[in-house]
Amino acid sequence: MNKKIPIKTESDLLFARQTAKETMKELGFGSADQTRMATAISELARNVLKYAGEGSCSICEEQDEREMGIKVVVEDNGPGIGDIEQAMEDGFTTRNGLGAGLPGARRLVNNFDIASEPGYTKITLEIKRARK
Amino acid sequence: MIPILKVKDVLLSSIPGDLTDNEVLEYQSQMLKMLEKTEAIGVLIDITGMEIVDSFMARVINETANMAQIMGAEVVLCGMQPMVALTLVEMGRELIGVQTALNLGKGLDKILISTKWNQTSLNS
Repeated sequence: MNKKIPIKTESDLLFARQTAKETMKELGFGSADQTRMATAISELARNVLKYAGEGSCSICEEQDEREMGIKVVVEDNGPGIGDIEQAMEDGFTTRNGLGAGLPGARRLVNNFDIASEPGYTKITLEIKRARK
Repeated sequence: MIPILKVKDVLLSSIPGDLTDNEVLEYQSQMLKMLEKTEAIGVLIDITGMEIVDSFMARVINETANMAQIMGAEVVLCGMQPMVALTLVEMGRELIGVQTALNLGKGLDKILISTKWNQTSLNS
C-alpha cells in the first residue's frame, strides 16, 4: 500500500507523521521504530515548509517473508540543498535553525538518501527489521 | 492556548501532543509573563502527552525552561516518554539541557527540595 500526503501546512506535517506511525504499527513495528520514523518525518517536513513552502511525503510498505520494511520519500520543488555534505553536519544551518534536523533524522533510520538539485529535492528514509 | 496553573508558588503546565509552532511559541511568552506577574518560585513543564518531539520542539521547550531559569525560577521538565528520550539521544545533540524528573510528583519534589534548601542556606 502506498500513501502520498501533501505537505503544505503544519497540520499536514502532523498528519504525515501520524500516518507513518499507524502504518508501521499495522506492519508490526515496535514503538521505538514508530517514534524514530515519525520524528525523522517531522524534521524533514519542517524543512520542506521552511525552505520550499510545500512538498509531499509518500509512505510505502516494503515487505517480504523475511523482512518488514517501510520507505518514506519526502519531496519538494524548493531551491535544493546546495552543499549536501555541509547540510549533513551537526550544527550547520542556513536559516536560524538548530542544525540538528538532517543529521538527526539520518541517525534515526537504517537508510537515508538525499538527491537534490535546484528545483527538486528528494529524501528517502527506510527502516527495515527482520520478522520474528 | 495551553493552560498554566499556579499551585502554591509553582507554575504548572502540561504540553499537549500535537501542537503547532505558533501554539508552543505563544505558550513560551505566556509562561514568562505569568512568571513575572505571579512571582512564582518554581516552574514545572509536563511533557507526558508528547509522543513525538523533534529538534524544533525540543529547542523551544528547552529555551522556555532556560528563560524561566534566568528570570530566577527553579525549572523542572517532567514526564518525558521513553521513546522520546530514545529519539532525542539518538539524534545526537544535546537538545535538552535543563533539570528533568520522571513525572510530575517527582518534579514537584525537586522544586520543593531545592527551594527549601535555598531558604535554609540563606537563613543560616
